[in-house]
Amino acid sequence: MGSSMPLSLLPEGKIGRVCGINAGKKLSRRLFEMGFAPDVPVQVQRGNCGALVVLVNGMKYALGRGMAFKIMVRDSQENE
Amino acid sequence: MPDIFKSKNSGKKLRVALTGNPNVGKTSLFNALTGSRQHVGNWPGVTVEKKTGTLKHEGFEIEVIDLPGTYSLTAYSPDEIVARDYIIEEKPDVVIQVLDATNLERNLYLTTQLLELGAQVLIALNMTDLAEERGDSIDIQKMEEFLEVPVVKTVAREEKGIPALLDAVLRTAGKEHVHKIGYGNALESKIGEIMTLLSEDTGLKAAYPLRWLSVKLLEGDENAFGKIKGRPVESKVRKLLDSEDMAFFEAEMADQRYETISCLTALISKKPERVLEPSDLIDRVLTSKKLGIPIFLALMWGAFDVTFTFGTPFMNIIDSFFGWLSGVVSTNVSNPWLSSFLGDGIIGGVGSVILFLPNILLLFLMLSILEDSGYLARAAFVMDRLMYSIGLQGKASIPMLMGFGCTVPAIMATRTLESPRDRLLTILVTPFMSCGARMPVYVVLAGTFFGESAGSVIFAIYILGIMVAIFSAKLLGSTVLKGEVSPFIMELPPYRLPSPKTSLLHMWENGSMYLKKAGTIILAGVVLVWLAASLPVGVEYGSESSLIGSLGHFLEPLVAPLGFDWKVAVALVFGFVAKEVVIGSLGVLYGAGEDESAIMAGMQADPALDPVIAFGLMVFTLLYVPCVATVGVIKKETGSWKWTLFSAAYGTTLAWIFAFLIYQGSRILGWT
Ligand SMILES: Nc1nc2c(ncn2[C@@H]2O[C@H](COP(=O)(O)OP(=O)(O)O)[C@@H](O)[C@H]2O)c(=O)[nH]1
Repeated sequence: MGSSMPLSLLPEGKIGRVCGINAGKKLSRRLFEMGFAPDVPVQVQRGNCGALVVLVNGMKYALGRGMAFKIMVRDSQENE
Repeated sequence: MPDIFKSKNSGKKLRVALTGNPNVGKTSLFNALTGSRQHVGNWPGVTVEKKTGTLKHEGFEIEVIDLPGTYSLTAYSPDEIVARDYIIEEKPDVVIQVLDATNLERNLYLTTQLLELGAQVLIALNMTDLAEERGDSIDIQKMEEFLEVPVVKTVAREEKGIPALLDAVLRTAGKEHVHKIGYGNALESKIGEIMTLLSEDTGLKAAYPLRWLSVKLLEGDENAFGKIKGRPVESKVRKLLDSEDMAFFEAEMADQRYETISCLTALISKKPERVLEPSDLIDRVLTSKKLGIPIFLALMWGAFDVTFTFGTPFMNIIDSFFGWLSGVVSTNVSNPWLSSFLGDGIIGGVGSVILFLPNILLLFLMLSILEDSGYLARAAFVMDRLMYSIGLQGKASIPMLMGFGCTVPAIMATRTLESPRDRLLTILVTPFMSCGARMPVYVVLAGTFFGESAGSVIFAIYILGIMVAIFSAKLLGSTVLKGEVSPFIMELPPYRLPSPKTSLLHMWENGSMYLKKAGTIILAGVVLVWLAASLPVGVEYGSESSLIGSLGHFLEPLVAPLGFDWKVAVALVFGFVAKEVVIGSLGVLYGAGEDESAIMAGMQADPALDPVIAFGLMVFTLLYVPCVATVGVIKKETGSWKWTLFSAAYGTTLAWIFAFLIYQGSRILGWT
C-alpha cells in the first residue's frame, strides 16, 4: 500500500484508490456522488500539466487542476 | 379498485416528472414520449429549462415535465434545487428516473434520494442496447425486488419500450409507498428524534416528507434548514443538532448510502472487465498534449470554412429573391408611401437579415455536430490550460465558442459553470466573440473598401474579438472580479456518431431563435428606422432634414473623433436593435434598400467614408454594446442591472477607444 498523494500527481496510466477529499461539504458530496468514493479505483488517462482525464466507475471525467488537487489517492500498485 | 383512482389529480389527468443524471438519454426519452421537438445534446447541463409536453395513453392525459438533469438531489446547484423542490412541492403522480444501464452504480445514487423523498418512482432503464452490446447483464427482477419500484427497459433513441413504460406509469400512479434506506441504529434513533420534533409542526408535516427532512437536517443541508427557518421548531432542532458531532453523522450516512448501492449493483449486474473502448482510442489522439490544440483549431477552422463555402450559394438565391420581390412591389404599388414602406422598410430591412440565415444555420449545424458527437466536452479539456492562464476554467470555452453563432444561447450556456465568479466573467467576455449577426456588417464594409483582401480583414476582426475577450478576462478577473478559478469537473460522454436528425433539430432550435428575432425585434426596428427616415411628412427619404438626420446630427459630435459622420451615428444607434441593422440602416440612409451592391456603391461614392473609417466602424460594431436581445439575456442570467449596465458600458468604451486609435493613429501616420 503506497502513500497518499493528490490525484494530480498520479502518473498517467496508473491506478490509484481514493482515500480522501480535501474540500468543503458540498463539493465533497458532489464528488462522492460522481463516483469518487472511498477505495474506488481511479485511473488517470491523460494528464495535461493541469487538467486530467480520469476514469472512475466506467465514467470519464475531465478534472481541472484545482479539483485534482483536492482528491487524495493511494498508489494501489495495480497496473493497466 | 385500481390504484389510479386514488390519484391526487381528479379525472383522467396524470402528471409525470422525468429525472435522471445528465447524459442518460432523458431528453431523448422526453422526445420519444411527447414527440415534441427538443434539443438532444451531449454535454452536462443542457437540460436546464423546465420543459413540458403532453400525451395520451389508455384514455389518460399525461403531462410530462422534464426536470433538469442532476447527479443527486442535494442543494449543490440551482438545477438540483429546482428538481427537488418540484418533486416535493408539486407532488407529481409519478417520477420516472431515467437510468443509464451501462453505469448503474452512479445512477442509483439519485434513485436512493428519490425514494427517500417519498416520490412514486418508476425506473426507465435506458441504453440497454449499449449495455447488452458490451455484455453487461442486469437482473431486472432482483432490481425491482430490492428497490420495490417497477423497472422498464428502454432504448430512448430508438423509441423502444415506450408503451411498456406508459403502462407502468398507470400502474404506479397513486400508490402510496415509502421506501427506507436503513442507516443503522445510531443514526436511525437520531432521525427518529428529529422527526418527533418536526411532527409538532403541522404545517411542515403537510408540506414535506418528514423522514426526508430529518435526514437532510442531520446531514446539515442548508436548503433544508431554510425550510424550517423562522418556525418554532427551528431552535429546538438546532439545539438537538448542536450537541452532536455533525461531521460524523454526515460521513456515516454517506457510507451507508454507498454501501446500499454497491450491495445492489453487486446483486443485480454482472459486468465484464472494462476493455479499451473505441472512445478511449479516439481520446488518445484528440486530447493528446501535442495534437489536442492543433486539432481543436483545425476543427474550428474547418467549421467556419464549411459555413462560408456552402453558405454563399444560398445567400445568392435569397438575395435575388428579395431583389425580385422589391421589384414586384415598386412596379405594382402605386402609392409612393406604401411602396417605400414595403420596399425600403419591410423588404429591405428584413431581407438584409434573412440573407444571412444560411450562414448562421450552417454555423450552428457545425457546432451541433461537434457537440452531439461529444467533442465539445473534450474541447473544454483541451482548452483548460489556455483558459486557466486567462483566469477562466475550461468549461467557459463552450459558451465562448457558441458566441460565434449567436450570443444569446451562448450566454444561456454559461449556466454549466458552477462558480458565480467564473460565470459572470464568462458572460462579460462572451459578447466579444463575434456573433453571426455582425458578419453582414463586415461583409458589406470589407467588400466595399477592401476588395480582394476582404477575407483577411474579416478574419482579423474575429481575431481582434478573441484578443479583446482574453484581455478583458485578464483585466476584469484581476480587478472587479478578483478570485480563484474554481476547480471544475465535467463528464466526458462516450463519442457517438451524431444522427443527422438530431443535429438538424438542434441547429433548428438555435437558428429559429435568430429567425424569430428577424420577425419581431428586427422588423420593429426596421419600421422605426423607416419612419424616422420618412418623417416629418414631405422630407426626402433618409435625408439630413428627416428625423433620423436630426438624430444623427445630434450624436455626430460624440463619434466625430472616430471619423464617423451622422449617417454612421444613426446606423450604430439602430444597431442596438440587432447588429445586422447597422447595414440595413445604412441601406436606408443611402437610399439603397436591401440591394447590397447599391449600398456598396453608395458608400463608395460617399467622401465621408474611406477604408480606415470603414475598418474603425467594423471594430466599433464588434465591440460596442451588444444587441438588445443579448442585453436582455445578460440581465436575466446575471439578475443584476449593475452588471448588465457594466457590460454595455465596458464594451462601448472599448469600442470608442479602439476606433479612436485607429482613426487618429492613421491620421498621424498620414494614411488618410
Ligand atoms: N445507444 C443509445 N443511445 C441513446 C439512448 N438514449 C439516448 N441515447 C443517446 O445518448 C445521448 C444523450 O442523450 P440525451 O437524451 O441528450 O441525454 P440527457 O442529457 O439525459 O437529456 C444522445 O446522443 C442520444 O442519442 C439509448 O437508449 N441507446
